[in-house]
Amino acid sequence: MILTLAYGAILLSLASACFALLQTRFTAMVFLLLGLSGALAIAAGIGELLDQTVLVDNLKLGLPWQTWKIRFDGLSAFFFLIIGIAVFAVSFYAPHYTHNEQKNPASFAVLSLFTGLFIAGMMLVLLADDAFMFMIAWELMSVASYFLVAFQHENSANRRAAFLYLLMAEVGALLIILAFGVVASFADGFTFDALRASQISTTWMSIAFVLALMGFGMKAGLVPIHVWLPEAHPVAPSHISALMSGVMLKVALYGLIRFCFDLLPEVHWQWGVVLLIVGTVSALSGILYAMMQQNLKRLLAYSSVENIGIIVMVLGLSMIFLANNHKELAALGLLAALFHAFNHALFKNLLFLGAGMIHHQTHELNIDMLGGLIKRMPKTSVIFLIGCMSISSLPLFNGFVSEWLAFQTALQVGVLDNGVLRSLIPVSAAALALTAALAAACFVKVFGLIFLGVPRSRHAEKAQEIKSFGMLAAPAMLAGLCFFFGIFPSVMLDFLGGVTNHILDAALPQTSVLTPLWLAPVSMQQASYSPLLILVSVLITALILFFVLHGKGATKARIAPTWDCGFGALSPRMQYTSSAFTMPLRRIFATVFLIDEKVEKTMRENTKLNVADVRYSLHIQDHSWVHVYQPIERGVNRVAKQVGRIQTGNIRTYIGYSLATLILLLWVVSL
Amino acid sequence: MNWTIAIFQTVLFVALAPLLAGFLKFCKCRLQNRRSPSFSQPYRDLLKLTRKQPVISQDASWLFCVAPYIIFTMMILAATVIPLIAVDMPTSESADVIVLVGFFAFARFFLALAGLDIGTAFGGMGSSREMTISSLAEPAMLMAVFTITMTASNTDLSGAIHHILNEGATLHPSFVFALFALILVAVAETGRIPVDNPTTHLELTMIHEAMILEYSGRHLALIEWASQLKLMLYGVLIANLFFPWGIAQSFTIGALSFALVALVLKLIVLSVFLALAETVVAKMRLFRVQEYLGFAYLLGLLGMLSHIILESTR
Amino acid sequence: MNIETQDFYTQAILSMSALVGLMSFLMLGQGRLPRLILVFAMQGMLLTLTAILAGYELNSPHLYISALLTFALKVVFIPSMLQKQVFAMNIHRDVEALKNNTAVMLSGASLMVFSYYVLQPIIHTSSMIMLNALVVSLSVVLLGLLLMISHRQAVAHVVGFMSIENGLFFAAMVATDGMPMVVELGVAFDVLVAAVLFGIFFFHIRTSIDSLDVDMMNKLHEVEK
Repeated sequence: MILTLAYGAILLSLASACFALLQTRFTAMVFLLLGLSGALAIAAGIGELLDQTVLVDNLKLGLPWQTWKIRFDGLSAFFFLIIGIAVFAVSFYAPHYTHNEQKNPASFAVLSLFTGLFIAGMMLVLLADDAFMFMIAWELMSVASYFLVAFQHENSANRRAAFLYLLMAEVGALLIILAFGVVASFADGFTFDALRASQISTTWMSIAFVLALMGFGMKAGLVPIHVWLPEAHPVAPSHISALMSGVMLKVALYGLIRFCFDLLPEVHWQWGVVLLIVGTVSALSGILYAMMQQNLKRLLAYSSVENIGIIVMVLGLSMIFLANNHKELAALGLLAALFHAFNHALFKNLLFLGAGMIHHQTHELNIDMLGGLIKRMPKTSVIFLIGCMSISSLPLFNGFVSEWLAFQTALQVGVLDNGVLRSLIPVSAAALALTAALAAACFVKVFGLIFLGVPRSRHAEKAQEIKSFGMLAAPAMLAGLCFFFGIFPSVMLDFLGGVTNHILDAALPQTSVLTPLWLAPVSMQQASYSPLLILVSVLITALILFFVLHGKGATKARIAPTWDCGFGALSPRMQYTSSAFTMPLRRIFATVFLIDEKVEKTMRENTKLNVADVRYSLHIQDHSWVHVYQPIERGVNRVAKQVGRIQTGNIRTYIGYSLATLILLLWVVSL
Repeated sequence: MNWTIAIFQTVLFVALAPLLAGFLKFCKCRLQNRRSPSFSQPYRDLLKLTRKQPVISQDASWLFCVAPYIIFTMMILAATVIPLIAVDMPTSESADVIVLVGFFAFARFFLALAGLDIGTAFGGMGSSREMTISSLAEPAMLMAVFTITMTASNTDLSGAIHHILNEGATLHPSFVFALFALILVAVAETGRIPVDNPTTHLELTMIHEAMILEYSGRHLALIEWASQLKLMLYGVLIANLFFPWGIAQSFTIGALSFALVALVLKLIVLSVFLALAETVVAKMRLFRVQEYLGFAYLLGLLGMLSHIILESTR
Repeated sequence: MNIETQDFYTQAILSMSALVGLMSFLMLGQGRLPRLILVFAMQGMLLTLTAILAGYELNSPHLYISALLTFALKVVFIPSMLQKQVFAMNIHRDVEALKNNTAVMLSGASLMVFSYYVLQPIIHTSSMIMLNALVVSLSVVLLGLLLMISHRQAVAHVVGFMSIENGLFFAAMVATDGMPMVVELGVAFDVLVAAVLFGIFFFHIRTSIDSLDVDMMNKLHEVEK
């Protein structure tokens, strides 16, 4: 039954793709099918999470001797749920959004076709139970999303970004195939069951782990293999970036978790340390780069790098605990990581949809050109604010709960025997704290510069509230979920307890309490958090305050021009801009960035004092471009040139090559 | 009964905060050979402000008016978490020390947004600097606090204090580091000299004051009170976490009143020290602050390391 | 083996070792020479206190003499001599621009973790106090070297060298319950000679390159660039 729902979700998204091809006037039908697909995916996910029995099936598809094996367990179901929620939200949001963005029916058909294929691909990845089907679904997902990134291909920069994305996706896929291949060579067959039973040596297991980490890490956006993310996300339409950032990165994480925790027979603490370090570096550099961006969607893309980093870091913690035989703490770590993945899917989706709304109304994504939207788009601003608060991990919202759980996991480090690990983990916990604080600063910048203050451009000044119901309802629903899971995290944590139980074969600590009222991951004596109680006390305190200060006799506030210490007339250009806001952090963390800052002054009348005009330009580049990619690029070019030498153009030389190849082959056969 | 005491403790917290600010001012004035206003001056200021008609900028949005209430509420919530005169309060279970840091972050988030809301250069400058400093201070604070919580293997403040009390007199090398780190962070976070100067309105040096420049009337009163509360919160946190002796472990009148006396003494000592430090130390340049906070972080890290290396060898 | 279960002496020694380590870190981050010398003197003072503590607890009177020697040499004589030199050469107001201060500090912290890692194998064979004292003294030695690398002033190099000796002395005192008197006297004499030699060197460096900045000695390299 549950499996039928899952199949239904996939078929409906394929149906939506087919329907788009027909290019009828009933575009609404495309999104209706998509919405139904999302709803079915949610139902399938929740059903399986409640049920927690592993469902297997065998589809008579694919190669004759290698039919597609299907497996639907708690972990798949959890990620299915994530996809379902995102697709459901997007199906409400997209009709109006695409209607206005794209007048041409053909391009609409292309967009919807690949959206449907993309979603079906992601769902199939989750269902796969053998490496063949996994890779086919993975490629479907990658290639479909390439077309989505390349959607606005009129612009050459967009084509470049899309090509970069395709290149990295394919290199990543190659690495994943290699990882599967390494394990499969020690097993009989490519089914996941066979892989689980493989008799693989530690060295080869470590090689497979590194390959998988790089392959899945490329898709997930770990530093330094993250560079496609900030290029591809801003280029795609907003609801597609929402799906890519909110969901596709999670599918990559699913692959990593499935491969490391489920398929490989055992884990080693050294791998955990690798994940911990890679995650910490990604989290910190992700948020620092995010902070420096002016383009809202680029900023959000970098912030995805940060959040994926946090998740990988917590996965590393979990792995370290698992390898040291503290299974209950490993379960706690995995729980925290999965919950953060869920939360990130919610709020990142919300923020990308919000970015789309802003772009839709102002045709502007440059933070420095916006401002004052809170008065012009009040509903959007509230929804966006909730997203910002969740991602800044403020208490009462969902982001905080998962980060709190991550801290609680890290603080259990005392049980480990290895002194180096015991000193490394607190340091990464502090890095996590720094990341969270920087994220708050970053999203203060985002919300403050976009919605508050005075408009900085005509576009922003003329912005109006969104009229379409669906376009508001989708992000509003996500915002509601962010708040709901911030207050009642136990709803999701209960589900996840089952998932970790299944994957790691270990339950949370006996004494842990996860009820709607109390959250105590280890025991009530050690640490507890009660979002509901805090919410109630917030409300009571706020009510008392309000009645005391606004009761009878309170004077009404007077509206007056801004005082500003009595200086002269204010103009919108006097406000802090994005680069001004982040200047202190840019200067403090100067070594992290490649900064190209120029101030050009033109003087009046050849004097050195009378400045006529000042031009300021700031360009910030990613270190990884210069220090990782350009050397690789140069190396590839050099090799290509060497290889090019064999292309002499002389026909007799080519015949000589053929002869040499033939002789070589004959020799090989004779061996 | 427990709930009554918990609420009483919170009210006491809120009520005493201006007194602490007044006393601090008194100490500072005496040290600088000036005459000081009476201890009750902060109360009078607050009362005066609540009676005044607030003036709101025409460019301000609803967020500007709501922010003071949120900030004050968050400080009150923080006050319910930190044990003032007694441990084992029912309210302190609802949040641990990480949530406490979260409350501060929540308040700061809205304060910084309010600074950006009116669209002036000063507001943006204050917000930018505040977020910079606090994002550096937060990891240092967590490092310092984690040292204690790892010793007590408990992130609930009540539990940690319990642990320290039950352990008797033990010299913890790590606590020395954590204490200094926390003091440095507290100075930075409450906007005191040498990081920020609470008494200046000179535009290039101010941080906190720049953000609240446009506030007036009851809104300003709430924000002022909240920052006095924050000072007291940090003071009590330091006093009760590192020197918990005297705090009531049972809810009898005798124990509670003894705890109150002990607390007052601890706070007096702390504020004399703070006043002394503010008198002899000069304010730093803004771009020295990261070195200062880096040092705090280093102290926290050393505390953590010495906890791991020196105190819990297996 | 937690700290709560140890006796007061152990706790005190551990606290002392933590403070000695802290002093090394303070020296590492100090840009002004007079303050650097002050912190060095404070480290010497801590060593003196440790020696007195150990002498009292272990009932070995010769540690008192060590304490006296340490006090005389490392708290009074060498710091005051260095201080006098610094003032005489008028470099007490020079602020050494410490590049990458944070990086140096963090690498200092990782050196501490490293020395813990290196000494871990002896955990099972020794008492807690021995291991921890060794960890701290090894990291004091390494931090002393780091200090010499990160500072340019010759005076800072002397302080770094002396603090290396401090680390060794601390280990010897705590881990072996006090060295034989002869060794201790010999070491003290060595330090004294070293101090005097350094004094002479300062004089010569200064007269020949007109500065105490050791980077200026780069001019003396053999190969022309």
